[in-house]
Amino acid sequence: MTARIERPLSPHLQTYRWTLTMALSIVHRVTGVALYFGTLLLAWWLISAASGPPAYANVQAFTSSLIGRLIVFGYTWALLHHLLSGIRHFVWDLGYGFKASEREALTWSALIGGISLTVLVWIVAYAIGGGR
Amino acid sequence: MTAPDTSTVKSMRTPLARVRNLGASHSGTGDFWRQRVTAVAMTLLILPVIVVVMMLLGRNQAGAAQILGSPLVAVILLLFIVASAWHMKIGMQVVIEDYVHGEKLKLAAVMANNFFSIAVALVSIYAILKLSSGV
Repeated sequence: MTARIERPLSPHLQTYRWTLTMALSIVHRVTGVALYFGTLLLAWWLISAASGPPAYANVQAFTSSLIGRLIVFGYTWALLHHLLSGIRHFVWDLGYGFKASEREALTWSALIGGISLTVLVWIVAYAIGGGR
Repeated sequence: MTAPDTSTVKSMRTPLARVRNLGASHSGTGDFWRQRVTAVAMTLLILPVIVVVMMLLGRNQAGAAQILGSPLVAVILLLFIVASAWHMKIGMQVVIEDYVHGEKLKLAAVMANNFFSIAVALVSIYAILKLSSGV
């Protein structure tokens, strides 16, 4: 067994002053992980539609319950936020938007845009789905 | 003259040989690039996917099955499923590699991630193909 080499470590999160971009970087990862497990819901929905009326009724009972609605609402936000936050990453990948004011504006846009789009999608969903 | 200290030499490979090509990472930027390609794909597909979901709202199984089985809807969803499963597999692997440090546990977690992503994708694809073929 060789001696463990004591390499210098970079300080972890708690050392730093919280910034918007740092908080939203964490949110990007958290929403990504949430969407990962949320795909179970998507797969369940599709397989139930392929299985027949009783299975599909189970999914509809779940998605129309309060907890179901909350989860699907959260899923909608996670998806749209992750999308806009990801577009922000595209901008950075292409080499733009690194100035302090620019990266703050991009990050606020993703945050506000994600919430606004989620509300908009749900208003449209209720307008369409409620009419059937 | 003293003999060189060979007590720490474990391998005949030189340090240079060890870091050549892809080095200790074992892989290059392939996943980084695929993460972006799948992200672009989903950015383009998100609007059609939202429209499809809106079309299905409030319908019963028969109505939903008919829409899900129509060619354009099926293809839109298939493309989205493949892109998202691939994207989430890469993303979760990055998360695992960041936080799971034990070599065996990391291997198991990465493997489980592959199984999960492929299973979710296959279940969804199977459902859509079944609805499309109308059996």
